[in-house]
Amino acid sequence: MNDDIEVERYELSRPPAYRFDVERRDFMKIFAALGGGLMVASVGPAAAQESGRSGQQGVSADLAAWIHVGEDGRVTGYTGKTEIGQNIRTSLAQAIADELRVPLASVSLVMADTDLVPFDQGTFGSLSTPRMAPVLARAAATAREMLLDRAAALWSVDRSALTCRDGRIAAQARSAGFGELVKGRKLTGVVPAEAPIAPREAWNVRGTAPKKVDGRRFVTGQHHYTPDVTRPGMMYGRVIRSEGYTGTLASFDDSGARAVPGVVVVRDGDFAGVVAPSERLARRAAAAVRAEWRIPQGLPSSTTIYDHLRKTESAGGGRGTAPSESGDVAAARASAARTFDATYHIPYIAHVPLEPRSAVAEWTDGKLTVWTGTQRPFGVRSELATAFRVPEDRVRVIVPDTGSAYGGKHTGEYAIEAARLAKAAGKPVTLVWTRKEEFSYGYFRPAGVIDVKAGVDAAGRLIAWEFDNWNSGPSAIQTPYDIPNRRIRFHSADSPLRQGSYRGLAATANHYVREMHMDAVARALEVDAVEFRMRHLKDERMRAVLTAVAKKAGWPKPSVSGRALGIACGTEKGSYIATAAEVSRAANGFTVERLIVAFECGAIVNPDGLNNQVEGSVIQGLGGALFEAVEFGDGAIANGTMAKYRVPRFKDVPPIEILLLDRKDLPSAGAGETPIVCVAPAIGSAVRGLGKVANELPVRLA
Amino acid sequence: MSVLRYDLGLTGSKFGCGEGFCGACTVLADNQMTRSCVMRLGAVGNTSITTIEGLAVNDRLHPVQEAFLEAEAFQCGYCTPGMVMATVSLLRTNPSPSDQDIAKIMDRNVCRCGTYPRIVRAVKLAASRMKSTTPAPSEVRR
Repeated sequence: MNDDIEVERYELSRPPAYRFDVERRDFMKIFAALGGGLMVASVGPAAAQESGRSGQQGVSADLAAWIHVGEDGRVTGYTGKTEIGQNIRTSLAQAIADELRVPLASVSLVMADTDLVPFDQGTFGSLSTPRMAPVLARAAATAREMLLDRAAALWSVDRSALTCRDGRIAAQARSAGFGELVKGRKLTGVVPAEAPIAPREAWNVRGTAPKKVDGRRFVTGQHHYTPDVTRPGMMYGRVIRSEGYTGTLASFDDSGARAVPGVVVVRDGDFAGVVAPSERLARRAAAAVRAEWRIPQGLPSSTTIYDHLRKTESAGGGRGTAPSESGDVAAARASAARTFDATYHIPYIAHVPLEPRSAVAEWTDGKLTVWTGTQRPFGVRSELATAFRVPEDRVRVIVPDTGSAYGGKHTGEYAIEAARLAKAAGKPVTLVWTRKEEFSYGYFRPAGVIDVKAGVDAAGRLIAWEFDNWNSGPSAIQTPYDIPNRRIRFHSADSPLRQGSYRGLAATANHYVREMHMDAVARALEVDAVEFRMRHLKDERMRAVLTAVAKKAGWPKPSVSGRALGIACGTEKGSYIATAAEVSRAANGFTVERLIVAFECGAIVNPDGLNNQVEGSVIQGLGGALFEAVEFGDGAIANGTMAKYRVPRFKDVPPIEILLLDRKDLPSAGAGETPIVCVAPAIGSAVRGLGKVANELPVRLA
Repeated sequence: MSVLRYDLGLTGSKFGCGEGFCGACTVLADNQMTRSCVMRLGAVGNTSITTIEGLAVNDRLHPVQEAFLEAEAFQCGYCTPGMVMATVSLLRTNPSPSDQDIAKIMDRNVCRCGTYPRIVRAVKLAASRMKSTTPAPSEVRR
């Protein structure tokens, strides 16, 4: 139930930034003939992403779609989820191995190949563990039961006399491997929607921490990510772009590029690119193109953005949540003993996946195959089909395990660019975005302005809470605190930069502001920040993580005198997080000395994998908390290089203590995202112990 | 890097930024950790270049690779070859580095997934293993 909401309010996203000028003319003709003028190229994918649940096809009940038991006894699972570093290739295999009673080593997964795996909406929203693991587990359990039936029939024995373990079924004197039982007779059938799967207490492989199933390929450099994929006769592509993130072509002279041997220049309206027989020649040809771009005037900058967002608010709130209101906020404010109001600014930040967005495209007999790092293989297939006007079954998208994404790889523009270049060149083409393209042509976590207003009664209880978020997104905009009178609104606005999903979506911005304000009110009332939260918390899971982290941190006393502690808690995507930070004064501000985290996401599937995800999420959160912010103006990104845009590095990471609360009685929730949300408010509130803190991100002393 | 990846097909060294600022393309040039993306072909000369592909010998992993596997010092793995090469180089000059030494030397290698604490553990694990054993065959210059 909760999960459905997650997908529905899934983050802001803009239509892909590509246009087919030449083809659009035919397009318009076709649609004019049909009596419509729909621009399918941009509407299709945007609608697909926006519709979330409604665009979903049903979960296949066909066993063979999910599980294959080979005659060699090897088990293959099929899933549309993509491996982007969250280690689901291992944890999903654990679910299959557990239910089928086979060693983990005999399970492999085919992932994210649209020709081979059942439809999947995409890998986002921390849903792989709560949603995909049970699907595969049910299929595996069904396969096991079918194998037991076969053995019982074969040996004419009662099923209850059979045991199933280590990939074999045995009855007293007889025993057969799974491979023998499927010889000449593939396992097919229907997976009942309620096929019983093992409860947490009966897990054997799940709940343990095996090593990453194909870890060796990664430490030896043998794994082929998309930029490492090669095809026979493959050429190297480059897209010609303006210096900034926008612009239309004013003039274009490709004579220099055409002079480079073997180079094909592609031009269609504002899309231009080169294809060359080698990567170096592609670079040389791209550099030889003389293109002038018209940049629109008067675009907002990173300093004017916040006014711009307020000014361009659009009625209705757009996508996202409807305003939520309870009680009588105005009356409560009027009766409040004290009120506390503040405005916070949240900048755009970038995902900076270490593997740049890239794709290899190959056309064979009108069929298109694309290898690309994306979180939405079926979504990208549909974008490609729409863009090139071919049926979806003529498009195959294959996603090699990808060098991270963090919500940044949902759209298919780089796949489309590669396919466009490949079509023009008549050869397979690889396209790897440069780091500059990454910063300018990807999309960002949305910037936002947030107004928060609180009213407390004479007893120090919150009685009024108003929260208005412009643009940064509605995820986790609600408050978990028990406040009788509330008005919470999300306002859509015009974003000058492309924006979309990011790890934790807007939950980081909304948690930052909510928790910083809770801290500010507690400080003003001279009430302990943990005690003040507890006063308003009924949810025992939230109380548990907050209590655990406070205890572990030694709250309220910092471990070294002169330092300061801060704390924050929250919930998102069905899991609970509390974070404490200890900071000290430094010459140019402050230093984070220690982070303490308590996290609870139901039953733990892979404890070491979970620890890795929590730690990684917290460290990524350090970037947004301490230094990440996209600077832009005049249509260009000003800090779009690895040197200028600082992401967390070794020296930035303080000791991190992680407490994982295992709730064996609760279903497993996703875990890759939520731990990011409380890092910034824990640090921000700690820094308040050193001095006044600006109402913005990154955290800084005012 | 272009030569390694595209001419020689040694794709273990990754393209991350092209600025020498992320370390995904780290190789050893005469045992020194070097960003292959900013290394000019003309500057290579007689320098001996070791890439991630040259570390394991006959399927026997280098102790640093073993340590990364054991500590699960990765998530997406894209930074891993560069991290492993940087570690090999670090341990050659400093066989028992402190946390600070590791952070200092490896600060220009980025792990965007944030597995830094695990990488530090892997480096120390490798250091202790390499001290207690005779040099592995792969330690012999190739």
